Amino acid sequence: MLMKTVKDKGRKLVNQQLTNKNDTGADIMVIAAILGIGAIFSLYVAARAVDPMMEVHALVFLGAFLIGAFALVSHVSSSKEAPQGAYETGVVKAGVFASMFWGVAGFLVGVIIAFQLAFPDLLYFEGAPWTNFGRLRPLHTSAVIFAFGGNVLIATSFYVVQRTCRARLAGGLAPWFVFWGYQLFIVIAATGYLMGVTQSKEYAEPEWYADLWLTIVWVVYLLVFLGTIWKRKEPHIYVANWFYLSFIVTIAMLHIVNNLAVPVSLTGSKSYSLFAGVQDALTQWWYGHNAVGFFLTTGFLAIMYYFIPKRVNRPVYSYRLSIVHFWSLIFIYIWAGPHHLHYTALPEWAQTLGMTFSVMLLMPSWGGMINGLMTLSGAWDKLRTDPVLRIMVVSLAFYGMSTFEGSLMSVRAVNSLSHYTDWTIGHVHAGALGWVSYISFGALYCLATWLWNRKSLYSNALVEWHFWISTMGIVLYISSMWVAGITQGLMWRAYNEFGFLEHSFVETVEAMHIPFIIRATGGTMFLIGALIMAYNIWRTARGDVRTGEKSLMDESSSQAARPVPAE
Amino acid sequence: MLGKHEFLEKHGLLLTVGILVVVAIGGAVEIAPLFYLESTVEEVDGVRPYSPLELAGRNVYVREGCYVCHSQQIRPLRDEVERYGHYSLAAESMYDHPFQWGSKRTGPDLARVGGKYSDEWHRQHMVSPRSLVPESIMPPYAFLEKRELDYSQVEAWLKANRAVGVPYTDEMIENAALDLRTQVDPFSDNYDAFVARYPKAQIRNFDGNDRQITEMDALIAYMQMLGTLVDFDTYEAEENYR
Repeated sequence: MLMKTVKDKGRKLVNQQLTNKNDTGADIMVIAAILGIGAIFSLYVAARAVDPMMEVHALVFLGAFLIGAFALVSHVSSSKEAPQGAYETGVVKAGVFASMFWGVAGFLVGVIIAFQLAFPDLLYFEGAPWTNFGRLRPLHTSAVIFAFGGNVLIATSFYVVQRTCRARLAGGLAPWFVFWGYQLFIVIAATGYLMGVTQSKEYAEPEWYADLWLTIVWVVYLLVFLGTIWKRKEPHIYVANWFYLSFIVTIAMLHIVNNLAVPVSLTGSKSYSLFAGVQDALTQWWYGHNAVGFFLTTGFLAIMYYFIPKRVNRPVYSYRLSIVHFWSLIFIYIWAGPHHLHYTALPEWAQTLGMTFSVMLLMPSWGGMINGLMTLSGAWDKLRTDPVLRIMVVSLAFYGMSTFEGSLMSVRAVNSLSHYTDWTIGHVHAGALGWVSYISFGALYCLATWLWNRKSLYSNALVEWHFWISTMGIVLYISSMWVAGITQGLMWRAYNEFGFLEHSFVETVEAMHIPFIIRATGGTMFLIGALIMAYNIWRTARGDVRTGEKSLMDESSSQAARPVPAE
Repeated sequence: MLGKHEFLEKHGLLLTVGILVVVAIGGAVEIAPLFYLESTVEEVDGVRPYSPLELAGRNVYVREGCYVCHSQQIRPLRDEVERYGHYSLAAESMYDHPFQWGSKRTGPDLARVGGKYSDEWHRQHMVSPRSLVPESIMPPYAFLEKRELDYSQVEAWLKANRAVGVPYTDEMIENAALDLRTQVDPFSDNYDAFVARYPKAQIRNFDGNDRQITEMDALIAYMQMLGTLVDFDTYEAEENYR
């Protein structure tokens, strides 16, 4: 009873501190202005569109802006007072659902295109150009990187920055604008790929108007994040927030520079990029590699720096190491892009620089991994009892493995074999499935219990199933791609005893058939795991607990951690 | 050192600026020199802007995402030079907005595919890849030969390319639509003027259908010129060593 009142008092105090008193309504005015101008402009474009794709997209934009305006009006007319909760959790909850939705969608498209390569006659449909690999592959990569990964990053960053700053998210409705604006960007990008709207720069395929929209959303995101940091009650900015900040700022820089282009018409979807040839190639891979570095690495390292210590209830292993880790990682990563262009028309000095920094990159990468893993010191036993923690720790193991592999493949001699082959695809997926997805899964499982105040997940047994099915899927995926890639690379360069090339190109394609089937099987297992997870999260959010489920978390925290008294 | 770091940890804006400075260095050092170094901005005899029909074909190539499976960059390795031809020069993609070097060879490199196969081979292969190459895993592109090429924007395509640095002249832009039609019609009155504007341009009906200009015409026209502009009998690589 006494505990309860103390808790209530504490909560009230926190509420008072966190509620922003000087709520001016500026957020509503700015959002209303964006929606209004956007609606007028998209109406104009829809009326005068020079190609059907642009017309469709202008109408999608228009619809979204009108729905947004309607939601805004109903919010303003119905809002009684400023929200009472200490932290803004609604937008984070929405982010959890969006992450799961886009994750499953993105994995599904991946499985489809994997089967297309294994069984081309079954899965291509004449007269349906949008089902072709060339259009679905960008849909897959963007769906998993930007839709799934991006939603995880936005949701977790909104959660973490509030807790570590002890401040409610800044900007009133602005976080919701970021959330829905980002979903709109995803819809525009995805429908664009299917219709053939692409600027063909890998991982930056959306055309100029989608890029402009994302820029607006991203600037608001940065302001919300910085604004929350500025009104923090903690003296220090926590290390996870440095990583989130570097992710947001650097992605803005990369996005803007790499997408510089001249539209053919202001009412048409097509544009031509500002740079050409070798300059365009290096700009693209400076972007492309640092989409890996700053979207798929620093953002998810931020998750590591918050969720792992929180989950095991231990401080980060080394503060000093995290400082060294942070600055060395972000400085070195940006140089690594040219290793995508070994032996091309890019000058050799640039290739060598890229390779050298890529090899150096192993040090901060592993330093960060060690900092995460050693955080478990004194809590390793939890690996046995907490499957969610196990997923996060395995993600660090995959991170270590794929960063080692990446440094290896950036060496020019290795790259001459591995480049253009499926080894690269395998490497990417070791990082994307093993590291990015697993640390995200861990964070999402944590958030499901924390956000909805559940004692435990709906089912820990299902987490075990998820973990084992998808881990075996990853192993099948990456080992089949090692075999495929190295086989292909060796076949391309094989000579017979007369000094002629041993294999025609298509023989190397034929040799990929079995690895491609194994890869598609592995991908399917990963998808099944994600479906199990989505079900688990949904039931947890509803407040269900699976009957007959023994709560592993309770057991571990109440028994394992308690010292046994001597008798 | 660590004590000073505390200062950054307490000032969000300084931290942001610090991050921006640190991440700007690598890109600036690596990318900026490419805009003035001789080997990356040299001009090589024969390289010219794409003709309107080739550019239209290139738009189709980009739209269909061909780059996700086909590279256009031959590395100076023995097996690649023997399989695909002379290694790619920077100048050969100097008018490529954006570049199409690719990153994966699920199918073969296309940097010098021009002239390797007949038009009819390409048409048949697009319509049904496995009818010609049974082991192929390429998607079918039969719709290209049925779809009429929309070139209502062709002048704007050229203008946009000129805005980003491709040397299209006023004459080229004025005649863009005419030149596009000329390239599929060997009996056109505009033949000589067109070839003067776009040397080495190949003029014929590419898809074997003379009732309309299709996307197949454009795509094959583009593929048949890939890698054919530079004459490697006269190209002196040593001239560019330094």
